[in-house]
Amino acid sequence: MPRPMITPAPHVVSATAPEVVLSGRELVKSYGSSLALRGASVELRRGEILAVTGPSGSGKSTLLLCLAGVLRLDSGEIRFDGRRIDDAGESARSALRRREFGVLFQFGQLVAEMTAAENVALPLLLGGARRRPAQAAARGWLARLGIAELSDELPSEMSGGQSQRVAVARALVTEPAVLFADEPTGALDTLAGEAVMTELTRVARDAGTAVLLVTHDARVASYGDREIVVRDGLIR
Amino acid sequence: MSTGLKREHDARFPVARPLAFGQVYATLERLRARGLVHAAASVKVDGPERTPYAMTEAGRAELERWLTEVEAPSPFVSNPLSVKVTLALLTTDEAVAEDYLRRQREAHLQRMREYTRLKVERPSSLLEVLAADYALTHLDADLRWIDAAMSRVADLNKEIHSCPGP
Repeated sequence: MPRPMITPAPHVVSATAPEVVLSGRELVKSYGSSLALRGASVELRRGEILAVTGPSGSGKSTLLLCLAGVLRLDSGEIRFDGRRIDDAGESARSALRRREFGVLFQFGQLVAEMTAAENVALPLLLGGARRRPAQAAARGWLARLGIAELSDELPSEMSGGQSQRVAVARALVTEPAVLFADEPTGALDTLAGEAVMTELTRVARDAGTAVLLVTHDARVASYGDREIVVRDGLIR
Repeated sequence: MSTGLKREHDARFPVARPLAFGQVYATLERLRARGLVHAAASVKVDGPERTPYAMTEAGRAELERWLTEVEAPSPFVSNPLSVKVTLALLTTDEAVAEDYLRRQREAHLQRMREYTRLKVERPSSLLEVLAADYALTHLDADLRWIDAAMSRVADLNKEIHSCPGP
Protein backbone atom coordinates (compact mmCIF):
# COMPACT_ATOMS: atom_id res chain seq x y z
CA MET A 1 0.00 0.00 0.00
CA PRO A 2 1.78 3.20 -1.10
CA ARG A 3 1.94 6.12 1.31
CA PRO A 4 0.16 9.25 0.16
CA MET A 5 2.67 11.49 -1.57
CA ILE A 6 1.34 14.40 0.41
CA THR A 7 0.64 13.33 3.96
CA PRO A 8 -1.16 15.90 6.09
CA ALA A 9 -0.02 16.38 9.66
CA PRO A 10 -2.13 14.39 12.13
CA HIS A 11 -5.14 16.40 13.23
CA VAL A 12 -4.58 17.92 16.66
CA VAL A 13 -7.76 18.10 18.74
CA SER A 14 -6.22 19.78 21.75
CA ALA A 15 -2.74 20.78 22.86
CA THR A 16 -3.49 19.63 26.40
CA ALA A 17 -4.79 16.31 27.69
CA PRO A 18 -8.21 15.73 26.14
CA GLU A 19 -11.08 16.23 28.55
CA VAL A 20 -13.88 13.68 28.60
CA VAL A 21 -17.22 15.38 27.96
CA LEU A 22 -19.44 12.29 27.89
CA SER A 23 -18.82 8.78 29.14
CA GLY A 24 -20.72 5.55 29.41
CA ARG A 25 -19.58 2.74 31.68
CA GLU A 26 -20.70 -0.89 31.59
CA LEU A 27 -23.85 -0.01 29.65
CA VAL A 28 -26.46 -2.75 29.45
CA LYS A 29 -29.66 -2.40 27.44
CA SER A 30 -32.10 -5.05 26.27
CA TYR A 31 -35.24 -5.05 24.16
CA GLY A 32 -37.39 -7.79 25.68
CA SER A 33 -35.24 -10.90 25.68
CA SER A 34 -32.78 -9.48 23.16
CA LEU A 35 -29.63 -7.99 24.68
CA ALA A 36 -28.47 -5.00 22.56
CA LEU A 37 -25.69 -3.70 24.85
CA ARG A 38 -23.81 -6.12 27.07
CA GLY A 39 -21.58 -3.88 29.16
CA ALA A 40 -20.21 -1.39 26.62
CA SER A 41 -17.96 1.42 27.86
CA VAL A 42 -17.06 4.53 25.89
CA GLU A 43 -15.53 7.97 26.39
CA LEU A 44 -16.11 10.99 24.16
CA ARG A 45 -13.55 13.78 24.47
CA ARG A 46 -14.37 17.44 24.15
CA GLY A 47 -14.25 18.58 20.53
CA GLU A 48 -13.37 15.19 19.04
CA ILE A 49 -15.20 13.31 16.31
CA LEU A 50 -15.61 9.70 17.42
CA ALA A 51 -16.77 7.21 14.80
CA VAL A 52 -18.83 4.30 16.15
CA THR A 53 -18.81 1.50 13.61
CA GLY A 54 -19.88 -2.12 13.55
CA PRO A 55 -22.08 -4.54 11.66
CA SER A 56 -25.80 -4.01 11.30
CA GLY A 57 -27.57 -4.96 14.55
CA SER A 58 -24.37 -4.77 16.60
CA GLY A 59 -25.81 -2.22 19.05
CA LYS A 60 -24.22 1.00 17.78
CA SER A 61 -27.50 2.94 17.37
CA THR A 62 -28.69 1.69 20.76
CA LEU A 63 -25.42 2.97 22.23
CA LEU A 64 -26.09 6.40 20.68
CA LEU A 65 -29.69 6.53 21.91
CA CYS A 66 -28.65 5.53 25.45
CA LEU A 67 -25.84 8.11 25.59
CA ALA A 68 -28.20 10.79 24.24
CA GLY A 69 -30.66 10.02 27.02
CA VAL A 70 -33.38 8.88 24.63
CA LEU A 71 -33.39 5.28 25.90
CA ARG A 72 -33.26 4.20 29.55
CA LEU A 73 -30.47 1.79 30.54
CA ASP A 74 -30.99 -1.54 32.27
CA SER A 75 -27.73 -0.93 34.13
CA GLY A 76 -24.50 1.05 33.90
CA GLU A 77 -23.90 4.76 34.19
CA ILE A 78 -23.60 7.77 31.90
CA ARG A 79 -21.83 10.99 32.83
CA PHE A 80 -21.93 14.34 31.06
CA ASP A 81 -19.33 16.89 32.15
CA GLY A 82 -18.62 14.65 35.11
CA ARG A 83 -22.25 14.61 36.30
CA ARG A 84 -24.26 11.42 36.29
CA ILE A 85 -27.24 11.78 33.94
CA ASP A 86 -28.66 8.28 33.44
CA ASP A 87 -30.61 8.43 36.70
CA ALA A 88 -32.08 11.91 36.02
CA GLY A 89 -35.84 12.34 35.59
CA GLU A 90 -37.45 12.72 32.18
CA SER A 91 -37.76 16.52 32.38
CA ALA A 92 -34.10 16.96 33.37
CA ARG A 93 -33.01 14.63 30.54
CA SER A 94 -35.21 16.47 28.11
CA ALA A 95 -33.70 19.83 29.16
CA LEU A 96 -30.21 18.38 28.77
CA ARG A 97 -31.05 17.16 25.26
CA ARG A 98 -32.35 20.63 24.33
CA ARG A 99 -29.42 22.59 25.75
CA GLU A 100 -26.35 20.39 25.46
CA PHE A 101 -27.07 17.76 22.81
CA GLY A 102 -27.84 17.95 19.10
CA VAL A 103 -29.15 15.03 17.09
CA LEU A 104 -28.93 14.22 13.41
CA PHE A 105 -30.46 11.15 11.80
CA GLN A 106 -30.21 9.48 8.39
CA PHE A 107 -33.25 11.33 7.11
CA GLY A 108 -33.04 14.98 8.23
CA GLN A 109 -36.63 14.83 9.47
CA LEU A 110 -37.29 18.47 8.68
CA VAL A 111 -40.81 19.78 9.29
CA ALA A 112 -42.30 19.76 5.80
CA GLU A 113 -44.46 22.86 6.27
CA MET A 114 -41.58 25.04 7.54
CA THR A 115 -38.86 26.82 5.58
CA ALA A 116 -35.21 25.93 6.13
CA ALA A 117 -34.72 28.95 8.43
CA GLU A 118 -37.85 28.09 10.44
CA ASN A 119 -36.68 24.49 10.80
CA VAL A 120 -33.26 25.59 12.04
CA ALA A 121 -34.78 28.14 14.45
CA LEU A 122 -37.08 25.52 15.98
CA PRO A 123 -34.72 24.19 18.72
CA LEU A 124 -34.04 27.77 19.85
CA LEU A 125 -37.76 28.57 20.02
CA LEU A 126 -38.41 25.35 21.97
CA GLY A 127 -35.69 26.50 24.36
CA GLY A 128 -37.50 29.77 24.97
CA ALA A 129 -35.69 32.12 22.55
CA ARG A 130 -37.60 34.99 20.91
CA ARG A 131 -38.59 34.58 17.29
CA ARG A 132 -36.47 37.35 15.72
CA PRO A 133 -33.08 36.46 17.28
CA ALA A 134 -33.81 32.77 16.70
CA GLN A 135 -34.46 33.43 13.00
CA ALA A 136 -31.28 35.53 12.77
CA ALA A 137 -29.22 32.77 14.39
CA ALA A 138 -30.80 30.19 12.07
CA ARG A 139 -29.91 32.23 8.99
CA GLY A 140 -26.38 32.64 10.34
CA TRP A 141 -25.99 28.86 10.66
CA LEU A 142 -27.37 28.27 7.18
CA ALA A 143 -24.76 30.74 5.91
CA ARG A 144 -21.99 28.92 7.83
CA LEU A 145 -23.04 25.74 6.05
CA GLY A 146 -22.92 27.49 2.69
CA ILE A 147 -26.68 27.27 2.04
CA ALA A 148 -27.90 30.78 2.91
CA GLU A 149 -29.83 30.84 -0.36
CA LEU A 150 -32.07 28.02 0.91
CA SER A 151 -33.29 29.98 3.96
CA ASP A 152 -36.80 30.55 2.60
CA GLU A 153 -37.16 27.22 0.76
CA LEU A 154 -39.40 24.40 1.90
CA PRO A 155 -37.87 20.91 2.34
CA SER A 156 -39.83 19.70 -0.70
CA GLU A 157 -37.87 22.20 -2.83
CA MET A 158 -34.46 20.88 -1.73
CA SER A 159 -32.27 17.92 -2.75
CA GLY A 160 -31.45 15.21 -0.21
CA GLY A 161 -27.98 16.68 0.39
CA GLN A 162 -29.37 20.19 0.88
CA SER A 163 -32.03 18.92 3.34
CA GLN A 164 -29.36 17.11 5.32
CA ARG A 165 -27.20 20.26 5.51
CA VAL A 166 -30.23 22.13 6.87
CA ALA A 167 -30.60 19.32 9.42
CA VAL A 168 -26.91 19.78 10.37
CA ALA A 169 -27.58 23.49 10.95
CA ARG A 170 -30.63 22.64 13.07
CA ALA A 171 -28.61 20.15 15.13
CA LEU A 172 -25.87 22.71 15.81
CA VAL A 173 -27.90 25.94 16.20
CA THR A 174 -28.05 25.59 20.00
CA GLU A 175 -24.24 25.18 19.99
CA PRO A 176 -24.43 21.86 21.79
CA ALA A 177 -21.47 20.27 23.55
CA VAL A 178 -22.23 16.96 21.82
CA LEU A 179 -23.73 16.15 18.45
CA PHE A 180 -25.15 12.65 18.02
CA ALA A 181 -25.17 11.72 14.33
CA ASP A 182 -26.71 8.37 13.32
CA GLU A 183 -25.83 7.40 9.73
CA PRO A 184 -26.04 11.07 8.65
CA THR A 185 -25.22 10.28 5.02
CA GLY A 186 -27.00 6.93 4.78
CA ALA A 187 -29.66 8.25 2.41
CA LEU A 188 -27.30 10.23 0.16
CA ASP A 189 -25.18 9.39 -2.88
CA THR A 190 -21.39 9.47 -2.52
CA LEU A 191 -20.74 13.07 -3.53
CA ALA A 192 -23.72 14.53 -1.61
CA GLY A 193 -22.64 12.47 1.43
CA GLU A 194 -19.09 13.81 1.17
CA ALA A 195 -20.36 17.39 1.00
CA VAL A 196 -22.47 16.85 4.14
CA MET A 197 -19.60 15.21 6.03
CA THR A 198 -17.13 17.91 4.98
CA GLU A 199 -19.43 20.68 6.22
CA LEU A 200 -20.54 18.80 9.33
CA THR A 201 -16.99 18.14 10.50
CA ARG A 202 -15.80 21.65 9.60
CA VAL A 203 -18.51 23.48 11.54
CA ALA A 204 -18.40 21.03 14.46
CA ARG A 205 -14.63 21.54 14.80
CA ASP A 206 -15.03 25.32 14.53
CA ALA A 207 -17.69 25.27 17.26
CA GLY A 208 -15.72 22.83 19.46
CA THR A 209 -18.65 20.39 19.40
CA ALA A 210 -17.83 16.73 20.07
CA VAL A 211 -19.48 14.38 17.59
CA LEU A 212 -20.55 10.79 18.19
CA LEU A 213 -20.81 9.55 14.62
CA VAL A 214 -22.55 6.21 14.13
CA THR A 215 -21.90 4.70 10.71
CA HIS A 216 -21.44 1.38 8.98
CA ASP A 217 -19.41 3.12 6.24
CA ALA A 218 -15.63 3.30 6.67
CA ARG A 219 -15.41 6.27 4.30
CA VAL A 220 -17.69 8.22 6.65
CA ALA A 221 -15.78 6.92 9.69
CA SER A 222 -12.57 8.29 8.14
CA TYR A 223 -13.83 11.82 8.86
CA GLY A 224 -13.43 11.01 12.56
CA ASP A 225 -10.41 11.39 14.83
CA ARG A 226 -10.90 7.99 16.41
CA GLU A 227 -12.99 4.86 15.95
CA ILE A 228 -14.61 2.34 18.25
CA VAL A 229 -16.11 -0.86 16.87
CA VAL A 230 -19.28 -2.31 18.39
CA ARG A 231 -19.76 -6.06 18.02
CA ASP A 232 -22.46 -8.07 19.76
CA GLY A 233 -23.21 -5.21 22.16
CA LEU A 234 -19.62 -4.73 23.29
CA ILE A 235 -16.83 -2.34 22.27
CA ARG A 236 -14.15 -4.47 20.61
CA MET B 1 13.64 15.44 -21.40
CA SER B 2 13.39 12.58 -18.92
CA THR B 3 13.34 15.10 -16.06
CA GLY B 4 10.39 16.88 -17.62
CA LEU B 5 8.53 13.62 -18.25
CA LYS B 6 9.13 12.44 -14.72
CA ARG B 7 7.98 15.77 -13.28
CA GLU B 8 4.86 15.74 -15.42
CA HIS B 9 4.01 12.14 -14.48
CA ASP B 10 4.49 12.72 -10.75
CA ALA B 11 2.35 15.88 -10.85
CA ARG B 12 -0.45 14.28 -12.87
CA PHE B 13 -0.62 11.15 -10.70
CA PRO B 14 0.00 12.59 -7.24
CA VAL B 15 -0.51 9.50 -5.08
CA ALA B 16 1.08 7.00 -7.48
CA ARG B 17 4.58 5.62 -7.01
CA PRO B 18 6.99 8.28 -8.34
CA LEU B 19 8.52 7.40 -11.72
CA ALA B 20 12.19 6.33 -11.68
CA PHE B 21 14.57 8.08 -14.08
CA GLY B 22 15.85 4.73 -15.37
CA GLN B 23 12.29 3.71 -16.22
CA VAL B 24 11.83 6.87 -18.31
CA TYR B 25 15.01 6.25 -20.33
CA ALA B 26 14.24 2.56 -20.85
CA THR B 27 10.66 3.24 -21.93
CA LEU B 28 11.65 6.01 -24.34
CA GLU B 29 14.25 3.72 -25.88
CA ARG B 30 11.68 0.91 -26.33
CA LEU B 31 9.20 3.33 -27.92
CA ARG B 32 11.93 4.70 -30.20
CA ALA B 33 12.97 1.17 -31.27
CA ARG B 34 9.34 0.42 -32.21
CA GLY B 35 9.10 3.62 -34.23
CA LEU B 36 6.50 5.16 -31.95
CA VAL B 37 8.60 8.19 -30.95
CA HIS B 38 11.59 9.89 -32.49
CA ALA B 39 14.29 12.02 -30.94
CA ALA B 40 14.58 15.54 -32.28
CA ALA B 41 17.80 17.56 -32.28
CA SER B 42 19.28 18.16 -28.83
CA VAL B 43 18.77 21.59 -27.32
CA LYS B 44 20.62 23.34 -24.53
CA VAL B 45 18.58 25.73 -22.42
CA ASP B 46 19.96 26.96 -19.07
CA GLY B 47 21.83 23.79 -18.20
CA PRO B 48 22.59 20.37 -19.61
CA GLU B 49 21.73 19.39 -23.13
CA ARG B 50 18.21 17.94 -23.50
CA THR B 51 16.78 15.67 -26.14
CA PRO B 52 13.12 16.34 -26.93
CA TYR B 53 11.06 13.37 -28.10
CA ALA B 54 7.94 13.55 -30.24
CA MET B 55 5.31 11.02 -31.22
CA THR B 56 5.49 9.63 -34.73
CA GLU B 57 2.33 9.02 -36.77
CA ALA B 58 2.55 5.36 -35.80
CA GLY B 59 2.92 6.45 -32.17
CA ARG B 60 -0.23 8.61 -32.37
CA ALA B 61 -2.15 5.68 -33.92
CA GLU B 62 -0.91 3.32 -31.16
CA LEU B 63 -1.94 5.84 -28.48
CA GLU B 64 -5.44 6.16 -29.95
CA ARG B 65 -5.80 2.36 -30.09
CA TRP B 66 -4.61 2.02 -26.47
CA LEU B 67 -7.03 4.69 -25.23
CA THR B 68 -10.01 2.70 -26.50
CA GLU B 69 -8.77 -0.61 -25.09
CA VAL B 70 -10.50 -1.84 -21.92
CA GLU B 71 -8.11 -2.94 -19.16
CA ALA B 72 -8.68 -6.61 -18.34
CA PRO B 73 -9.54 -7.16 -14.67
CA SER B 74 -6.70 -9.12 -13.09
CA PRO B 75 -7.39 -12.89 -13.08
CA PHE B 76 -5.41 -13.32 -9.86
CA VAL B 77 -5.97 -11.33 -6.71
CA SER B 78 -2.99 -11.07 -4.45
CA ASN B 79 -4.14 -10.69 -0.85
CA PRO B 80 -1.29 -10.55 1.67
CA LEU B 81 -3.86 -9.97 4.45
CA SER B 82 -5.49 -13.32 3.72
CA VAL B 83 -2.11 -15.07 3.64
CA LYS B 84 -1.32 -13.69 7.10
CA VAL B 85 -4.69 -14.75 8.56
CA THR B 86 -4.34 -18.27 7.11
CA LEU B 87 -0.78 -18.66 8.43
CA ALA B 88 -1.81 -17.28 11.83
CA LEU B 89 -4.51 -19.96 12.07
CA LEU B 90 -2.18 -22.70 10.81
CA THR B 91 0.68 -21.88 13.17
CA THR B 92 -0.92 -20.17 16.20
CA ASP B 93 -4.58 -19.64 17.04
CA GLU B 94 -7.78 -17.69 16.43
CA ALA B 95 -6.92 -14.95 18.93
CA VAL B 96 -3.71 -14.06 17.06
CA ALA B 97 -5.59 -13.89 13.74
CA GLU B 98 -8.32 -11.71 15.27
CA ASP B 99 -5.82 -9.40 16.92
CA TYR B 100 -3.96 -9.00 13.62
CA LEU B 101 -7.22 -8.19 11.79
CA ARG B 102 -8.16 -5.58 14.42
CA ARG B 103 -4.77 -3.86 14.13
CA GLN B 104 -4.81 -4.05 10.34
CA ARG B 105 -8.27 -2.45 10.35
CA GLU B 106 -7.02 0.43 12.46
CA ALA B 107 -3.99 0.89 10.15
CA HIS B 108 -6.28 0.97 7.11
CA LEU B 109 -8.67 3.43 8.73
CA GLN B 110 -5.77 5.66 9.76
CA ARG B 111 -4.60 5.79 6.13
CA MET B 112 -8.19 6.54 5.07
CA ARG B 113 -8.28 9.45 7.56
CA GLU B 114 -5.12 10.84 5.95
CA TYR B 115 -6.63 10.70 2.47
CA THR B 116 -9.94 12.15 3.69
CA ARG B 117 -8.11 15.09 5.32
CA LEU B 118 -6.13 15.56 2.14
CA LYS B 119 -9.41 15.92 0.25
CA VAL B 120 -11.18 18.04 2.84
CA GLU B 121 -8.44 20.35 4.06
CA ARG B 122 -6.13 21.18 1.23
CA PRO B 123 -6.62 19.49 -2.11
CA SER B 124 -4.40 21.21 -4.66
CA SER B 125 -6.38 20.01 -7.66
CA LEU B 126 -9.24 17.80 -8.75
CA LEU B 127 -6.61 15.30 -9.91
CA GLU B 128 -5.46 14.97 -6.33
CA VAL B 129 -9.06 14.53 -5.14
CA LEU B 130 -9.63 11.79 -7.73
CA ALA B 131 -6.37 10.07 -6.79
CA ALA B 132 -7.43 10.17 -3.12
CA ASP B 133 -10.87 8.81 -4.11
CA TYR B 134 -9.21 5.88 -5.84
CA ALA B 135 -7.05 5.13 -2.80
CA LEU B 136 -10.01 5.51 -0.42
CA THR B 137 -12.16 3.16 -2.49
CA HIS B 138 -9.47 0.47 -2.50
CA LEU B 139 -8.74 0.86 1.21
CA ASP B 140 -12.48 0.66 1.87
CA ALA B 141 -12.67 -2.59 -0.11
CA ASP B 142 -9.83 -4.04 1.99
CA LEU B 143 -11.58 -2.87 5.12
CA ARG B 144 -14.82 -4.60 4.14
CA TRP B 145 -12.82 -7.76 3.54
CA ILE B 146 -11.24 -7.39 7.00
CA ASP B 147 -14.72 -7.07 8.56
CA ALA B 148 -15.94 -10.15 6.68
CA ALA B 149 -12.81 -12.08 7.69
CA MET B 150 -13.33 -11.05 11.32
CA SER B 151 -16.85 -12.54 11.21
CA ARG B 152 -15.59 -15.75 9.59
CA VAL B 153 -12.34 -16.35 11.44
CA ALA B 154 -13.82 -18.91 13.85
CA ASP B 155 -15.34 -20.96 11.02
CA LEU B 156 -12.17 -20.61 8.96
CA ASN B 157 -10.15 -21.93 11.90
CA LYS B 158 -12.41 -24.99 12.12
CA GLU B 159 -12.13 -25.59 8.37
CA ILE B 160 -8.33 -25.27 8.36
CA HIS B 161 -7.91 -27.70 11.24
CA SER B 162 -10.52 -30.19 10.07
CA CYS B 163 -8.90 -30.92 6.71
CA PRO B 164 -5.26 -31.87 6.17
CA GLY B 165 -4.82 -29.52 3.21
CA PRO B 166 -4.24 -30.20 -0.46
